[in-house]
Amino acid sequence: MARVADALAARIAKGDRRAAARLLSYLEDRDPEGQAPYAELYRRSGRAHIVGITGPPGSGKSTLVNALVAGYRNVGRKVAVIAVDPTSPFTGGAILGDRVRMLDHAIDPGVVIRSMASRGSMGGVAPATYQAAVVYDAMGFDIVIVETVGTGQLESDIIRAAHTVVVVTMPGTGDEVQVAKAGLFEIGDIFVVNKADKDGADATRREIETMLSLGQFAHGWRPPVLLTVAVEGKGAADLLAKADAHFAHLKASGMHRTGEVARARHVILQELAENARERGRAALDGVAAGLVAEVASRKKDATTAARELQGLL
Amino acid sequence: MVVAKPGLDGHDRGAKVVARALRDAGMEVIYTGLKVTPEQVVQTALDEDADAIGLSILSGAHMHLVPRLLELLKKAGAADIPVFVGGIIPTADADKLKAMGVAGVYGPGTSTDSIVEDVKRLAGAK
Repeated sequence: MARVADALAARIAKGDRRAAARLLSYLEDRDPEGQAPYAELYRRSGRAHIVGITGPPGSGKSTLVNALVAGYRNVGRKVAVIAVDPTSPFTGGAILGDRVRMLDHAIDPGVVIRSMASRGSMGGVAPATYQAAVVYDAMGFDIVIVETVGTGQLESDIIRAAHTVVVVTMPGTGDEVQVAKAGLFEIGDIFVVNKADKDGADATRREIETMLSLGQFAHGWRPPVLLTVAVEGKGAADLLAKADAHFAHLKASGMHRTGEVARARHVILQELAENARERGRAALDGVAAGLVAEVASRKKDATTAARELQGLL
Repeated sequence: MVVAKPGLDGHDRGAKVVARALRDAGMEVIYTGLKVTPEQVVQTALDEDADAIGLSILSGAHMHLVPRLLELLKKAGAADIPVFVGGIIPTADADKLKAMGVAGVYGPGTSTDSIVEDVKRLAGAK
């Protein structure tokens, strides 16, 4: 069993794209088949720069990612893109359409694109997204771009998963308020006003800079606010340069190390919560179904029920 | 499942209707958009670990595009991924496509329910 897992991990590390795709599916399904190969690949990871791109819907994230990928490829870097879209809470299905904006790169061997459905993760980032980034990292991709649903919820998972967080907005929509509410001003490392050819772009940039100046700059990095017109590729080169600069800053300031520690802690807790939820779900469907009935008919409150469930597990 | 419109035709309402029906049936649909090449479709299916590929072709170019795609799948060692084709396909061509290994061919007026049923039955049977 261990032999098979090692073989799969070895094939993936050597660049077998289909094997990697299969492993990512195991990880998304939390299929035990994926555990051993993932563990092996995790040990080989840690080199790639993980860039998170987030922001309200319609701001042009996918188009911007497309332009960024072209920029990285121009300087010979290999890029993995993980594009997360929302799962329908009603049907459990999803339409994952971010790839449409990235057709240029579909057959470039130095680029891989994977779509993921959020599958109910509250942070807007599918639980397996971080694991996918690790796999691509172990395969030798230099950059892993994670593009997330821009619902404005606190994108807590993406901060933890990424080294550099890019927040994308556009002029005139009052996005800055949404961004503030979502706490993105605290977590963004680089801010982008896309569709900057529209009216109000400069005003939006100034508003963001004002909001940023109200906060504190962690560890000497002042987030730049950039203007881009992604559909024309304008500003992408500057964004790439700033992303590189941020990564270099993390390393020079020692923040990279502390970041890894914080990430490790967060991911362990995330796994723990997911495990508990899975076993809880199974129990509520089975032996503890009575608890559900009691809560639904007001005989018991959910807090008490959860404590009892915990005891059962 | 990957849903793609290979070739040059620009009418995507059908593809979008089917994509939505599949989503409503609980599937994750990777919609690649218009004017994709067979090469792009195959690479997408590989990287996304697709359980099935759906092609929408209204241009009449199916006898050129589909065999090319099947050949690319075989070369990539992915001939196990079922391919479904929808659009304007004359019956004689539909028979030829099925003989080549296409899992299902659907002309205009096919109910989305029957497509969803076939896909659920055959996809992921690898």
